[in-house]
Amino acid sequence: MKSLEELAAIRKKTLEEVNLRHDRHGTRIVVGMATCGIAAGARPVMMKFVEEIKQRNLTDVNVSQTGCIGMCEYEPLVEVYMPGKEKVTYVKMTPEKATRVVTEHIVNGQVVTEYTIGNQK
Amino acid sequence: MDLFRSHVLICGGTGCSSSGSAELIRLFEENIAKAGLDKEVKVVRTGCFGLCEMGPIVIVYPEGAFYSRIRPENVEEIVNEHLLKGRIVRRLLCSEAVEDQNTIKSLDEVDFYKKQKRVALRNCGVIDPEKIDEYIAFDGYRALGKVLTEMTPQEVIDVIKASGLRGRGGAGFPTGTKWQFAKNAVGDKKYVCCNADEGDPGAFMDRSVLEGDPHAVIEAMAIAAYAIGSDQGYIYVRAEYPIAVKRLQIAIGQAREYGLLGKNIFGTDFSFDLDIRLGAGAFVCGEETALMNSIEGKRGEPRPRPPFPAHKGLFDKPTILNNVETYANVAQIILKGADWFASMGTEKSKGTKVFALGGKINNTGLVEIPMGTTLREIIYDIGGGIPKGKKFKAAQTGGPSGGCIPASCLDVSIDYDSLIAIGSMMGSGGMIVMDEDNCMVDIARFFLDFTVDESCGKCPPCRIGTRRMLEILERIVEGKGEDGDIEKLETLAKNIKATALCGLGQTAPNPVLSTLKYFRDEYEAHIYEKRCPAGHCKKLLRYTIDPAACKGCSLCSKVCPVGAISGELRKTYTIDASKCIKCGACMEKCRFNAISRK
Repeated sequence: MKSLEELAAIRKKTLEEVNLRHDRHGTRIVVGMATCGIAAGARPVMMKFVEEIKQRNLTDVNVSQTGCIGMCEYEPLVEVYMPGKEKVTYVKMTPEKATRVVTEHIVNGQVVTEYTIGNQK
Repeated sequence: MDLFRSHVLICGGTGCSSSGSAELIRLFEENIAKAGLDKEVKVVRTGCFGLCEMGPIVIVYPEGAFYSRIRPENVEEIVNEHLLKGRIVRRLLCSEAVEDQNTIKSLDEVDFYKKQKRVALRNCGVIDPEKIDEYIAFDGYRALGKVLTEMTPQEVIDVIKASGLRGRGGAGFPTGTKWQFAKNAVGDKKYVCCNADEGDPGAFMDRSVLEGDPHAVIEAMAIAAYAIGSDQGYIYVRAEYPIAVKRLQIAIGQAREYGLLGKNIFGTDFSFDLDIRLGAGAFVCGEETALMNSIEGKRGEPRPRPPFPAHKGLFDKPTILNNVETYANVAQIILKGADWFASMGTEKSKGTKVFALGGKINNTGLVEIPMGTTLREIIYDIGGGIPKGKKFKAAQTGGPSGGCIPASCLDVSIDYDSLIAIGSMMGSGGMIVMDEDNCMVDIARFFLDFTVDESCGKCPPCRIGTRRMLEILERIVEGKGEDGDIEKLETLAKNIKATALCGLGQTAPNPVLSTLKYFRDEYEAHIYEKRCPAGHCKKLLRYTIDPAACKGCSLCSKVCPVGAISGELRKTYTIDASKCIKCGACMEKCRFNAISRK
């Protein structure tokens, strides 16, 4: 290593990888990953969220999983908790929808109402 | 780069390793692969989390779920439930982390961690110590870069001086001043050494730093070398720490590969390299001059001072020697500034101190607290109190050089000067907690026994004097103490302190002096009443049967291994004190609590 820039590059690259290991208090995206969720395709949805968040360098957002939320009919279900705001529940998610949720809701704060549970009849 | 959504951190420190964490790592990897999650979940072996009592410890992020005492048979369940389906296995969480049915506390809210402040241990349990990139990710080697490109050696020393950092090995000498002496000393070659010969009974802070964050020490030694003008360092580590040695070797190798050790670091004129020297188990080699003799390949015996190592140290060249924990603070001070460091702690003791908490305490483990925290907070808030509701009697700090802190001093602030004022010392950080069942005379005897064993024999006060003290103490605990013994102990202690060659001998009488100061009544009970108030010293114990409570069931006489108990069925039994070996078997067996021990 011959320069500080090289050091900074390694730091930046690895930090993305290890940044997960802190208790964070920002936005939480929770994916329902019980049998029903997995069967309905929750795993690619979750991985899409992880990927999008990393790509956009959103350091204060974490993606975690949970068990059966109870509405197996609407799986894959995703809940978004933002500090000081009401929980938003998205239903019948797909990786494509996940990308839109990240851009519009997580980054810009606009809930994608057409995917939310309130809009399902 | 692979993308992991979840990290499973498993402690690979000595504590958790000996309770089987290597097997857990293997099982986790196996089960994660079986579940098809190996592209999503990463298993990381880290250093010590500190709560060794609850080991092996497994922490799963991003949830921060804190699993404790994990057995191999639990792994499959955690993988299938938590990692695959996202259902945290609450049953296996550390009980303190579960608040109520619906809430799980995050790690920094658990009582054990809440009052701690992790500076020296900042990366322990967070990074994989065998990956230099992870250390760099958490600002590693940035302080070295800053020092080499933006600061003069004098500026480095000025920052360390202003921070108020004092040696964490025990004596508390100001680190910046030490570096200044070595910088000012004239010499064609200078050395930077690290004392990792952690020998105090019950102390394992340095081991944990080396195992959990070896690069922190390497980086700090390079900074010190730049400050004093050295190009060669030695880490003297005891051979009894195989994991620490292995990780240090790996770390030094990686640092060389990255050019962070070697010639022209960061493209500057500064060159520095490091070697490891193994100690062969002699306690005295933790003493600075003996340590240097040992590195030179000579017998590990102290040299008279002056000349001090800053002028004539290793190979007679100007040398600085600092303790592992001292070094672990250095990079943080450079990055965050002297003011940041000086804002923690008390007026004369800045920063934090790591303690290895052991003995009669619920949460055995490693804690790092700001200086000035009281002993009460450490023992009751962080340590979780004394097991089985017993009464706190004393805490021993400073190992064989330190003393005991009695219950009356529970609210004394933990810092260098306050501890010396009450007859103990900070020491390297071993803290052994004792309850009402510990005999203080026997504790003093234990530590003297240790020093007599470890005395190198070079100077008579230590070689002969400590042995005489031990003989007196052995007599006392065997019930053969005589009038005048206490005074003899005091005279010997005073003379040894005044005349021994090195710190080991000069402080050897401290355990006796401090127990005499606070627990003189126990000594007197042993000598004059032939009685051990704690019921610990076997030779002084007497088992007796209370005739009023004895039902004559004969159980005690059956269980007695030496036939010391006799009597007739349904009549009172008696113990023949001349035959009794004080094993206590009768007392355990008696259903009527008729047998007492005094």
